Amino acid sequence: MFMTVIRSLNEGFLETLKLFAVTLLGALPLGLVISFGSMSRFTPLRWFTRTVVWVVRGTPLMLQLIILFYVPGFVLDSNPWAIENGRFWAAAVAFILNYACYFSEIYRGGIQGVPVGQQEAGQVLGMTKRQIFFKVTLLQMIKRIVPPMSNEVITLVKDTAIARIIAWQELIYAGYAFLKGSHGYAGLMWPLFFTGLYYLAFSGVLTLFFGWLEKKMSYFRS
Amino acid sequence: MEILRVENIVKSFGKVEVLKGIDFSLEEGQVLSIIGSSGSGKTTLLRCLNFLETPQQGRITVEDEVLFDAADKQKMTDRVIRQNRLHFGLVFQQFNLFPQYTVKRNVTLAQELLAKEKIKKEGSYNGHATIKEALAAIDRNADRLLEEVGLSAKKDSYPCQLSGGQQQRVAIARALAMDPRILCFDEPTSALDPELTGEVLRVIRELKETGRTMIIVTHEIGFAREVSDVVMFMDGGVIAEMGPPAQVIDNPQNPRTKEFLARFSERG
Ligand SMILES: Nc1ncnc2c1ncn2[C@@H]1O[C@H](COP(=O)(O)OP(=O)(O)OP(=O)(O)O)[C@@H](O)[C@H]1O
Ligand SMILES: [Mg+2]
Repeated sequence: MFMTVIRSLNEGFLETLKLFAVTLLGALPLGLVISFGSMSRFTPLRWFTRTVVWVVRGTPLMLQLIILFYVPGFVLDSNPWAIENGRFWAAAVAFILNYACYFSEIYRGGIQGVPVGQQEAGQVLGMTKRQIFFKVTLLQMIKRIVPPMSNEVITLVKDTAIARIIAWQELIYAGYAFLKGSHGYAGLMWPLFFTGLYYLAFSGVLTLFFGWLEKKMSYFRS
Repeated sequence: MEILRVENIVKSFGKVEVLKGIDFSLEEGQVLSIIGSSGSGKTTLLRCLNFLETPQQGRITVEDEVLFDAADKQKMTDRVIRQNRLHFGLVFQQFNLFPQYTVKRNVTLAQELLAKEKIKKEGSYNGHATIKEALAAIDRNADRLLEEVGLSAKKDSYPCQLSGGQQQRVAIARALAMDPRILCFDEPTSALDPELTGEVLRVIRELKETGRTMIIVTHEIGFAREVSDVVMFMDGGVIAEMGPPAQVIDNPQNPRTKEFLARFSERG
């Protein structure tokens, strides 16, 4: 029995990992693009971007996911999610959009947090804009971004469980199945609780990684 | 020999005119101190000279080369602005060292980037044809400059490990590394504890002895009197009085200068 449960939970965890990875892969660069929009000198673009970020951050991810998954089927002629792995991709799109908005604010804080004096010091030394960005400000931005980013990423580990709402079979789904009845077992409580250990181990590894990264950059203060 | 000529510089921010026509010239090797009350436009003038601000009117000439002329309608390209900036150096009130680099790297960084670029595009930098040669020269130069400002022992430290006075001396070495024709200081000791101002002023005094042309915005009237060849008193965006320290500081003619200096001597 134990091995059956573990095998099933492992499969669920793999799905969780997949959503986690795809979300980061999409949201990290998209967040940067959004942060540029929210800092644009072109006022309409700046307002538009900030409004989108406000809406996305101001409503539950679960609600966004439900809307994104069910609404297209009602309004369009064909349901775009009626594809192979449709539930996964719906979840991925919702997660990427949601997290990109959070990340964009983190990027903005990091970019605007570097004092203008740093850029000006580079300018009076005759450096190009490019050189100033790569050699002077970038690392200082990263140093500012890592701590809040680490919080968000660890939140993402746990947020993946929300994808269960559109019946996508991630880790919690796999654990819960043994309670409802699956693989010939029903009424098993412990597999659901056991999933907690997976989350704990995964966020533990990430905490260690971010701790290491912060330590790497602790040699300077800015 | 005249090294700098500034003609009719006018600079406004929106509707506020901060510099209302600044004219002066400076001889090579001279030290000019700029004094004046807060908001009179001293920082703005230095920023215009370093091309961090673009004046709406006026002309800036260094050694007979017109670097900036507002009447010239052609927009200055980034490349030209960069080129122009190399004539000037600027030491900031808040040092603005690069925190992620060691003291030595702070001094060498800009020069190395420039050397690599020049060698790639023009085949040589300061007479060095290869990057290796150039880097060796830059390295030696940085060692010499850190020695001059008395920080050889700190060259592998990071800025956060230094006192304010030490950081400001690194900032001076960093500016000197580009060998600017004119070195500008914006209140170099204002952010320092009183007991640390001496070490920075000493470095500036030594630079004067080597014949470095300098423009120093300062509130240290005693220091200005001692180190300057010319003192400029700015008031409300214009030069109210300018001349040798014996005149402007010890025997001011303009009532505004008198009032300003009186306030200083009261404070002691
Ligand atoms: N970027 C800017 N935008 C708008 N106004 C500015 C800007 N920079 C400076 N000013 C204004 O220009 C005036 C002169 O400023 P500046 O910093 O040149 O004075 P200062 O003589 O250096 O004063 P302090 O002794 O306090 O340093 C001030 O009234 C200031 O508010
Ligand atoms: Mg000032």
